[in-house]
Amino acid sequence: MDFAAFARYVPELAAGLPLTLLLVAQSLVLGFALAVLVALMRLSSNRLLSGFAYGFVYVFRSTPLLVQIFLVYYGSGQFRPFLEDIGLWVFFRDAWFCAVVALTLNTGAYTSEIIRGGIQSVPYGQLEAGRAVGMTRLALFRRITFPIAIRQALPAYGNEIILMVKASSLASTITILEITGIAKKIIASTFQPVEVFIIAGAFYLAINFVVTQAIRWAEYHLSPKSPQARARAEERRQKAVLAR
Amino acid sequence: MDLSLLAWGDAGWGDQMARGAVVTLAVAVAAYALGIVVGTGLAAMKLSAIPPLRWIATVYTTVIRGIPELLVIYLVFFGGGAALRAIASGMFGYEGYIDLPIFLTGTICIGASAGAYSTEVIRGAVQSVPKGQIEAAIAVGMSKAQRFWRILVPQVARFALPGLGNVWQFTLKDTSLISVIGLVEIMRQAAIAAGSTREPFTFYLVAAILYLGLTSFSNRGFDRAERWANRGVRRA
Repeated sequence: MDFAAFARYVPELAAGLPLTLLLVAQSLVLGFALAVLVALMRLSSNRLLSGFAYGFVYVFRSTPLLVQIFLVYYGSGQFRPFLEDIGLWVFFRDAWFCAVVALTLNTGAYTSEIIRGGIQSVPYGQLEAGRAVGMTRLALFRRITFPIAIRQALPAYGNEIILMVKASSLASTITILEITGIAKKIIASTFQPVEVFIIAGAFYLAINFVVTQAIRWAEYHLSPKSPQARARAEERRQKAVLAR
Repeated sequence: MDLSLLAWGDAGWGDQMARGAVVTLAVAVAAYALGIVVGTGLAAMKLSAIPPLRWIATVYTTVIRGIPELLVIYLVFFGGGAALRAIASGMFGYEGYIDLPIFLTGTICIGASAGAYSTEVIRGAVQSVPKGQIEAAIAVGMSKAQRFWRILVPQVARFALPGLGNVWQFTLKDTSLISVIGLVEIMRQAAIAAGSTREPFTFYLVAAILYLGLTSFSNRGFDRAERWANRGVRRA
């Protein structure tokens, strides 16, 4: 192993770190908003809305993210004249925009199922209690359903964040030089795959370690502190690990 | 969109795309089988009484689950090729260029990831077999092998089935990543067709539909298997 190479490659790969983080952050924020919307549609009593949400989730969970990214980035090229006419081509020609769109739609689909599970786990008695004290539907959602659902969904959402960190590496296939993109470039030109892999892998593991700890911390602070509640939280975490 | 592009034979890309789907399915099955073997071994290590075995298994699953599959593919593809060439020139004096067999490389990479995820599934399934049953088996004088085959295996298979169904789902989807090293499966074939016809949307849409078909179809298979495995179980 070439130890001098480490000193050379660490700063080169670190240059991709902000891009990876930014890509994940943008997609997670937009994806979460989309997911709440889709989850509510899915739970709505309107068959059209819930059917549409079901179809969206089904399609995006059953196809590889790579196809989704390529459909947005390369696929939009097929409609270039049309997109130019309506003034959207400036967006679709931009790889970053396409990556964020694809990642947002993808995480939106997965996260909506996580949120739906959380919302469905809210005990009915709590909603009745809220109604009994005269809360409006909005207040009920904002003050009872949403906080409990989020707490319930937190471990599974933590997993989803880690999957997104890994998924952001696919942006390298459409010319974005985040960590994996830079790693591939260095490997292809220097043929030192092991050294580059160790550094790039360490970056990803570090990000995921921080995410895991942050989720743990949030979970602890959002949870009631009784021993029973802690045991339930531990059980949820175990289940979330098994789920993916 | 010109659907005649999807014609069978020389006129269109229909047969090529179908062949791509067969390759995708083949590599997914191979990687999944490898993943279950690796996962079973690692689960046994995680549950073993020997601490170093547990540590190795934990490090493996943590690292593989925390690093993008694409990075692992680049490592094995470029690193494996270099290692193979070093062995060839060092041991056999062969100085030519050797390429890794990409089907095998892809299978190993995706299988490595499937193995890490199925480890957790299998470990959880083993742990959900009630301890009393093992004690009862010991009490009636079953040997270790008998306990394994008669008590553990049938129940672990049933408990692990839903989780392993999940693992299959993303193994199938992850095979699309192997297209970056040139294996002509669905994605690569779609890219080739898109390049020569200048209709990328059409062909990536076809690719998406093929994946959708494969996952829906195999989902149904797993549902059936679950029903079959649970046929003697009383429902609450």
